Amino acid sequence: MDTAITILLDGLVFSSYLFIVSVGLTIIFGVMKILNVAHGAFYAWGAYTAAFLIGLAANAGWPDWAGFGIILFSAILVGLVLGLVLERGILQFMYHRDEVLIVLATFGSFLVLEDVILLVFGVNPYFAFQPMVLLGSVQLGGIARDTYGLTLIGLAVVVATGCWLMLKRTRWGKLLSAVIYDRELSVTMGLDVTRVYIVTFTLGAMFGALGGAYIAPTVSVAPGFGIDVIVLSFAVVVIGGMGSVPGAMIGALAVGLVRALAVHKFPQLELFVIYAVMATVLVFRPEGLFAPVKVRRI
Amino acid sequence: MRQLGKLALPALVAAALAPVMMPAQAADTVKMSVVAFLSGPAAGPFGVPSRNGAEVVIAAINAGKLPAPYNTVGLAGRLIDAEYIDESGGNTKQVAEYRNMVEKRGVDVALGYISSGTCEALTPVAEELKKLTVYAVCGTPRIFEDARRSYVFRTMSHATSDNVAAAYYVKEHFPKIASYTAINQNYAWGQDSFRDFDATMQLITKARSSAKLQWPKIFQGQYSTEISALLLDKADLIHTSFWDGDLEGFIFQANTRGLFKKKKAIFTVAETSVYRLNKLMPDGLMVGARGPYGAIVRNRGSELNKWLITAYKDRYGQYPSGPAYQYAQAVLAVKIAYDAAAKAAGGFPTQDQVSAAMKGSSFESFSTHVKMSLGDGHQASTENGYGITKWDAKAGELKLEKVKFYPADCINPPEGTTSVDWIKGGMQGAKC
Repeated sequence: MDTAITILLDGLVFSSYLFIVSVGLTIIFGVMKILNVAHGAFYAWGAYTAAFLIGLAANAGWPDWAGFGIILFSAILVGLVLGLVLERGILQFMYHRDEVLIVLATFGSFLVLEDVILLVFGVNPYFAFQPMVLLGSVQLGGIARDTYGLTLIGLAVVVATGCWLMLKRTRWGKLLSAVIYDRELSVTMGLDVTRVYIVTFTLGAMFGALGGAYIAPTVSVAPGFGIDVIVLSFAVVVIGGMGSVPGAMIGALAVGLVRALAVHKFPQLELFVIYAVMATVLVFRPEGLFAPVKVRRI
Repeated sequence: MRQLGKLALPALVAAALAPVMMPAQAADTVKMSVVAFLSGPAAGPFGVPSRNGAEVVIAAINAGKLPAPYNTVGLAGRLIDAEYIDESGGNTKQVAEYRNMVEKRGVDVALGYISSGTCEALTPVAEELKKLTVYAVCGTPRIFEDARRSYVFRTMSHATSDNVAAAYYVKEHFPKIASYTAINQNYAWGQDSFRDFDATMQLITKARSSAKLQWPKIFQGQYSTEISALLLDKADLIHTSFWDGDLEGFIFQANTRGLFKKKKAIFTVAETSVYRLNKLMPDGLMVGARGPYGAIVRNRGSELNKWLITAYKDRYGQYPSGPAYQYAQAVLAVKIAYDAAAKAAGGFPTQDQVSAAMKGSSFESFSTHVKMSLGDGHQASTENGYGITKWDAKAGELKLEKVKFYPADCINPPEGTTSVDWIKGGMQGAKC
């Protein structure tokens, strides 16, 4: 029983982390049809900014709970700055070009942003453990669990609910849905697509940065931090269906739970199972589990 | 004026091209490429101290200020012209970079390399290009066990000695350990490390391995699920060869969840974090430095050791960790070989004369005695040591207690035997 509870919790914690990181990627793809490789850089910048500021705050004698405010601030700051810089500085000039070129542009941006991290933060890892230590641990399933890790589940629920409310219950959400459904028709209806793109890209960047900032207190934030996460995020959004928020949630759950089961029962398969799930889904549903409906054009 | 212009143009072109057409280095220097991780997750704990260790010794060699008997200027009288190269980017990039170093920039010595994977990829290329290449760190024993080498050397022990010594240390300090599990990175380094530890434990103790060993991907960063599995595992001990940012992330995450209060743990490379994490590192961890280096030998009183600690601390404001020692040792080995070869040749030596001098050599390094006694004289054999972390509140720093060293002949396979065969054959000939 303890093992079953532990597998479930481990799976949910990892799924939550994956969902927070990949939801930004899938929103950007859904609205803008851009496979944004620079998303890994948003994640890394979020982590570095949060870790750096939490360290500063600790040295200045701020209370440890201030770290939570800093995490949120870092995500907003990084999303606003990098999202706007990339969208206005590079992507807006490429929307009419081939999708492959846009992917290459985001890949180039990712490499540049990774190198800028080295210039700004140096090569030494950053530790921002204060929020994690503050929350301590709880006994669940017969073992100690870090409470901070469990809060990821709550954060993922907040992000998922927020996305759902925004998409279904706000005017902005309806505008986004219209662009996702048919961009050209939206333009002809007078919708300001440029504005939608700016907001969407910045919001996606904020989610990427939030994932990095929130995970920063649990890891050693080191150069190259954003590389692996982009591969995992792609796996999640491919499983769920590119551009679908519920799909990202289901994809994250599938990957997280299957991986947790593998680590506990067949640890030698840990690396294999994530991509096995992805391959299986692609065989039976190449568009992913929840891909948005495509308009049939005549 | 036109005539002057006609003459001036070729002269200007010749002047502009002159640096390109000249040999890659001035004749009175020895060009050395020092390769270490200068970016990526391994840079902070490993690459930067490695680079610094090489740099401080190169500066002292060029100034003739190493302690006696190494206080002569340069390599066989010639100054070292060092360049520092980033090891990040994977094996393909490193092979291309190595070819550039040798074929385009004309380096005389390639020195360094931390990753076992990179060393394995480079070795055949180094042999093909016939260039003196001195590995400072990389751990896999396969480099010199798979084939005889002519131009490649490694100046510290390979990973087998780390794990054999780890098993001895566990047996001596925690004889009641009945079972062990492990978490190692899923590539050659992690797999070879556990293989040697497991085989030695089975040979010298009655402890048995858990059926569920954790093999996360290198640079994974998050180990929440693996830590849960380790907590649920009934084994008494955890073995890990984690290094770089993975090591420090794992320590943080596991410590928060009380893993080290529930189980003993032996870290074969965690000395690299002793100075970096300091109070953040929990008490009671068994840590090694992949040899007698860094915090493990902090109290050794030899002149060479005191010099390295002082020179490094003066220059970088911190104590040298294991990788700093290991790179410093590699540079020192090159100096000793050049000087010995020059003495034998009666003038500045050729590369073959330097290789011959290094092959099978034996020398006093900063913290230990090094014998190039394995791999047909190309692979070093040294003692190895472990200690247990303990916060010293009075001194305000993390220290290692119960430090124990194991002699080279106890923990290294004899010449001509592979590590696996030696351990499985009962470690015949070991002098402990």
